[in-house]
Amino acid sequence: MLPVAYRVVERAAQTRDAATLRLQPDRAPLRRGRPGQFYMLYARGIGEVPISISGIEDDGSLAFTIRDVGAVSRSLHSTRLGALVGVRGPFGIGWDTSSAIGHDLVIVAGGLGLAPLRPLVLELFGHRGDFGVITVIVGARGPSEFLFRDELAAWAAGGDLRVELTVDQPAADWGGPVGFVTDPLARLVLDPATTTAFLCGPEPMMRFCADLLLRDGLPAARVQLSLERNMQCGVGVCGHCQLGPLLVCRDGPVVTYATAGDLVGVREL
Amino acid sequence: MLDDLGALPLFAGLDDAQRRVIGTVALDVHFAAGRRMLFDGQETRAWWLIRSGSVALDTTVPGRGVVTVQTLGAGDVLGWSWFVPAQRWRFGAVTLEPVRALELDGARLRAVCDADPSLGYRLTQGLLEAAVHGLHSTRARLLDLYAQPPDGRRAP
Repeated sequence: MLPVAYRVVERAAQTRDAATLRLQPDRAPLRRGRPGQFYMLYARGIGEVPISISGIEDDGSLAFTIRDVGAVSRSLHSTRLGALVGVRGPFGIGWDTSSAIGHDLVIVAGGLGLAPLRPLVLELFGHRGDFGVITVIVGARGPSEFLFRDELAAWAAGGDLRVELTVDQPAADWGGPVGFVTDPLARLVLDPATTTAFLCGPEPMMRFCADLLLRDGLPAARVQLSLERNMQCGVGVCGHCQLGPLLVCRDGPVVTYATAGDLVGVREL
Repeated sequence: MLDDLGALPLFAGLDDAQRRVIGTVALDVHFAAGRRMLFDGQETRAWWLIRSGSVALDTTVPGRGVVTVQTLGAGDVLGWSWFVPAQRWRFGAVTLEPVRALELDGARLRAVCDADPSLGYRLTQGLLEAAVHGLHSTRARLLDLYAQPPDGRRAP
């Protein structure tokens, strides 16, 4: 449960307020996490925050994409190369691809939600033959707010999956789609019997997407979403991340809409 | 045309005879990329169901130039202004890529719906569903969900 020292070996600015840090173990590495799981990152003297893995490297290093939204995340976001960060984990349940083998996959990311989905997509490349059509829909506030822009372009050009980007707010330098992620999602022709969906983004976004998918006949058990709550201990003891009967750090962060659909719309839960 | 119409969600609730009637007021049309289909303020005469390609809805904002409000793609309705008085386009529309669409003659469609209220009702149901989807998406964008949380609600 004690943080292990990892060193920042790479820092890539993603947007004006988000950056990806690649961390390498200073001594013995922690257990290798799975896409969708999270680690607790500790900024010395300031505090700890739960961050989903955005990259898992073969050399044991881990990537985390951090947005400056508070004291701890601001400190982590501005960490310099060579600095040490405390890391605990991996925690929770990640994306389940084993139940989706043979299916078409629909992956919808909104804003920072692309970060936890990125390692899933990278893992799928290694097992491309196990799945049918893979569609990745990514929404951002504006064109400069997309994470991993170069990779998105490479994914789109690679032909292994369909990539659809859309922005909420138009900009003069953007000639692509303008609309909420539900717009391209509604245009997809899905076979509900053989489709699995993975959603990550602000909770209302995931709710709206899940409702559309359910309308198209997808069972709620085949809609997976990554929840964000106030995870602190990471092992289901402290109760800070409770969501009804769930402790999100232990029972999530990835859950199915069958499990969480009735919970995410409840005010103050 | 009959089979084609059946494949479109908007006409899925119609029977074959009703689709045949729709076929009499519909035209399969193509537009090259970069073609301006609508000018805001002009009188409406038809509306379109996009089958492939994409269209940008836009308007001119002083100081910002021509601003894209939304883009439309396959399965989307273009031309909602036709349905309401004063039947003038509220926004302009320009194709972003080659577009294939079904063009529906407004006056003739209204006549066939008046003659067959059952057809009119089913078509209205389909159009209402499309309009509600558009309304929900627009409201979702208004939430500005990807923005930084306000200072009082900031995370750790």
